[in-house]
Amino acid sequence: MIFEVFRQERKGQAFAHAGSFDAPDERFAETYAREFYGRRAESVALWIVPREYLREIDDFADELGRNYHRVDGYSLKEKLKLARSAAQVSRGEPAPPTRSGEG
Amino acid sequence: MNVAQRAARVDLLLELADDELILGWRNSEWTGVAPSLEEDVAFSSIAQNEIGHARALYELAAADLGTTADELALDRQPDEYRSAPLVELRQLEWARTIARHYLYESADAVRIEALQAADDPELAGLAAKIEREEIYHRMHAEMWIDRLLASAEGSRRLREAVEELWPYALGVLGEELRPVWEERVRARLGFGGPSATEPVQRGRPSDELRELWEEMTMVRRSAPGARW
Repeated sequence: MIFEVFRQERKGQAFAHAGSFDAPDERFAETYAREFYGRRAESVALWIVPREYLREIDDFADELGRNYHRVDGYSLKEKLKLARSAAQVSRGEPAPPTRSGEG
Repeated sequence: MNVAQRAARVDLLLELADDELILGWRNSEWTGVAPSLEEDVAFSSIAQNEIGHARALYELAAADLGTTADELALDRQPDEYRSAPLVELRQLEWARTIARHYLYESADAVRIEALQAADDPELAGLAAKIEREEIYHRMHAEMWIDRLLASAEGSRRLREAVEELWPYALGVLGEELRPVWEERVRARLGFGGPSATEPVQRGRPSDELRELWEEMTMVRRSAPGARW
């Protein structure tokens, strides 16, 4: 049985996918999860979910590009960056290099 | 603490530390060959914990003896080790390894409980700290015990292993704590070894320990007195 493990690094933070493993049942899964993702105090909490209980959806229609309807909103940072670089280009300055991890 | 009490404490610490070191070493022999990768990681991690406990116990003993944990762990002669013969056995079969793991962890639990209630705050404190990790070792041992007991083949193998290891398991604890352990194990498994068995006592190093010692201390002995 494959289990997916999600771990929380600090209280209040979102759980993030940590990895997966094979275990014969939920008791083994708990022990393995503790050993793999908890023994060095790297997590404050774990979620252990049998993979078969996860429903994955990966087909989305966005034919009309209406991403302004997204509940997570659009990235203001991204828009500002574009606006700034457009402004610099119009003043004849080179666009600043983009830093990875921004936005 | 008077001289006799201090000597008794050192003896006790060395028994505990030697048990944890030798068992940690034996369990680590499964690294890379355990029945599944998950089990390989989990069992190796338990082995590493045991060696960590040994280190903490040796340090306490070393402070009393004016030596170091490394010297106690690796510079003594085989006949100076105080480990229980149960942990010295080389177990090449998984059901036997699980049986030994369970028999040892359950005995260790009784011993650690007693130490936590001890009059000696240093020892009681360390026992409490060790117990916080031992809980998970027992959880691991018990889930395997139940898995073996759930099938006829597993039950048969476990029972054979427990019967074979019984006299060794009886030698882990002294007479005072042994009955508590025996009662718990029989209740948990629904069986045990024959009740009138003579325990295999500590302090008589087995050939298996000598062989293990050769390997365990090989690097230290290759450069005597070196600073690592």
